[in-house]
Amino acid sequence: MDLSPILISMKTAALSIFITFFLGVFAARLVAGMRREHLKMVLDGILTLPLVLPPTVAGFFLLYIFGVKRPIGRFFIEYFSVKIAFSWGATVLAAVAVSFPLMYRSARGAFEQVDQDLVCAARTIGMSERAIFWRVVMPLAAPGVASGGVLAFARGLGEFGATAMIAGNIAGKTRTLPLAIYSAVAAGDMAGAYDYVAIIVMISLLAVISMNWFASRESRYRRKGAKR
Amino acid sequence: MSLEVRIRRTLRDFSLETAFTTSDGVLGILGASGCGKSMTLRCIAGVETPDEGRIVLNGRVLFDSAAGVNLPPRQRRVGYLFQSYALFPHMTVEENIACALGWEKDRKKRAGTIASLVGRFRLEGLEKRYPGQLSGGQQQRVALARILAYEPEALLLDEPFSALDAHLKEKLQLELLELLRGYAGDAVMVTHSRDEAYRLCGRLLIMEHGRPVSEGDTHELFRNPGTLTAARLTGCKNLCPARKIGEDLVEVPGWGVRFKVVPPVPDDLAYVGIRAHDFHPARPGAENAMRVEVCERVESPFEWYILFRNADGGEGEALWWKFSKQLAGKGDAEYLSVAPESILLLRDAFGEHGLNG
Repeated sequence: MDLSPILISMKTAALSIFITFFLGVFAARLVAGMRREHLKMVLDGILTLPLVLPPTVAGFFLLYIFGVKRPIGRFFIEYFSVKIAFSWGATVLAAVAVSFPLMYRSARGAFEQVDQDLVCAARTIGMSERAIFWRVVMPLAAPGVASGGVLAFARGLGEFGATAMIAGNIAGKTRTLPLAIYSAVAAGDMAGAYDYVAIIVMISLLAVISMNWFASRESRYRRKGAKR
Repeated sequence: MSLEVRIRRTLRDFSLETAFTTSDGVLGILGASGCGKSMTLRCIAGVETPDEGRIVLNGRVLFDSAAGVNLPPRQRRVGYLFQSYALFPHMTVEENIACALGWEKDRKKRAGTIASLVGRFRLEGLEKRYPGQLSGGQQQRVALARILAYEPEALLLDEPFSALDAHLKEKLQLELLELLRGYAGDAVMVTHSRDEAYRLCGRLLIMEHGRPVSEGDTHELFRNPGTLTAARLTGCKNLCPARKIGEDLVEVPGWGVRFKVVPPVPDDLAYVGIRAHDFHPARPGAENAMRVEVCERVESPFEWYILFRNADGGEGEALWWKFSKQLAGKGDAEYLSVAPESILLLRDAFGEHGLNG
C-alpha cells in the first residue's frame, strides 16, 4: 500500500484545521457582534456559501481566483515565485475553503448562546472587550467551538471535489486519501481502495465520537454545582 | 452627588421618554413590567444607547447626543446589579470579584481588596465556590461585592429581589438597605413591587408606557398618588371614575355615591381611589357611608377581604374592604364609611378621562 496519501491527508487536515479554526472564530466573533441585521444576514450568507455549494463549484471559484493565468495567481508567481494551483498548498486551500463554514457557524452559534447579561455585566465592571472575549465568552462557548473544530477537521480530511479542481490528483504530491480511493477504484484496484476506506472511516468515526464527547462534557463548574 | 438623566429611545411598541435627577439617596422607579424602567437603567449604564438625551453623573457627562458624547460602559463607573445577578458561572466567587479589579495592577493589593469585600459581604469560606453552588442570597452578595470592587459612583439595581424565594426577600431587603445607607453615591432601583419601593427608596418615580407620570417623596406619593397610574401601582384596590360637583364634593356613579372630600378638588378630576383598609364600619347616615351588600369573602392568613357593593346603587365594579383578623366579628358590618382625607383624588396622566372627557 502506498502510504503517501495518508501522510498528505494528515498534513493537509492538520494545517487546514489550524487555519480554519482561527479564521472561523474570528469571523464568528465579527458577525456575532454586528448590530446591523441586514448586513449581518448578507455576510453570513457569503461566509456559509462554500458549505452549500457543490465542492466542485467551490473548487471552480478557487481556480478562478488562484489559477496561473488569473491576476492573484500570477501575482503569487511573480512576486513570491509560488505556484498555488496544483501544489500541495492548494489541497490546504481547498480544505480550508470547504471546512471554514462549519467552524464559523458552530462558533457563531456558541457565542450567541452566551448570556448577553454576562457580557453587559463584564462591561460595567470595567473589563476590556478583549478580556471579555477571552475570559468570559470563549470559556463559556468552548464546548460548541471545540465540536465545531472537530467537525471542520473531519470535513477537511474528507475533501474531494474542490481539491480535485484546484490541486489535481498528482500522486505523492496532491493525492489525498479521498482522491487515492477514487483513483484506486477507477483503476479497478478494489483491494487498494479498501485499506484507504477503512482508514477514512476510522478517523471519521473517531472525530464524531470525540465531538459528542466535547458536546456532552460537563464543565467543571456545572458538575460540582449542586444547585440549579 | 447627583445623577441627571434625560433620555428618549424608541422601543418596539412605544417610545421611552423619561427625565429625572437623583440627589442623595435611593430613587425608586416603580412601574408595571415592560414600561421601560429596565431600559432606563441600561441606558444609564451604557449597555444600551438612547436615541437622544443627556446623562450626567456628578458633573461628568456620560452621554450627550447633542455633543456626540457616549462613554463606553467601562468608563462610566456605574454599578449595575442585574436581575439575574449575571455572575460568571465558570469562575469562583474570588475570580468573579477579581474581574472588577483589572485596574489594580498590584497583586497584593488586589488580594487585599478581595479579602475585605469577602469579609464585608459575609462570603468567608465561599471564595472557591462557583455561583451555581450558592444560594440566591449569596449570589446577590457576590454580585454586589463585584460591583463595589469597581468603586462605582452610582448604583443601579434592576429588580434586585425578583429572583429570590419569598421568605428570603425581606431579610435581603434589610441587608440591601444597610448597604445603601453606607454607600456614598446615589442609587436608582427599578421595581414593580410597591413594598420594595416603599421600604428602600426615599424618592419615587412612577412610570407607565415609557413616560414618567408622578415623582416625589415616597411617603408623600403613597399618601397622595395624584394620578390613576400612581394609585394603581402603589396598591390602591378601589378605583372608579368620578366627577367634581362641588368644592369638597365628588360624585362616583359607578359606586352610586357622593363623597365629601378634602379640598382642593382638581378640575380635571378623573378618578377617585380608596385603599381597601380605609373602610370602617359606620352607623346609617354617617358621612360617606354606604349600605353594604356582600358579594364574596376571601380569607387570607392574617386578614379578611370582603368584596362588596353599595346596596343602594351603582353598577361599577365591586369594592374591596380589608380588615385584620384581630378585629374579628366586624366582617358583617351593615354600613361602611370612609374618611374624607382617605379618598384619593386622581387625575389621569394619559387620555383615560374618566367622566369628564
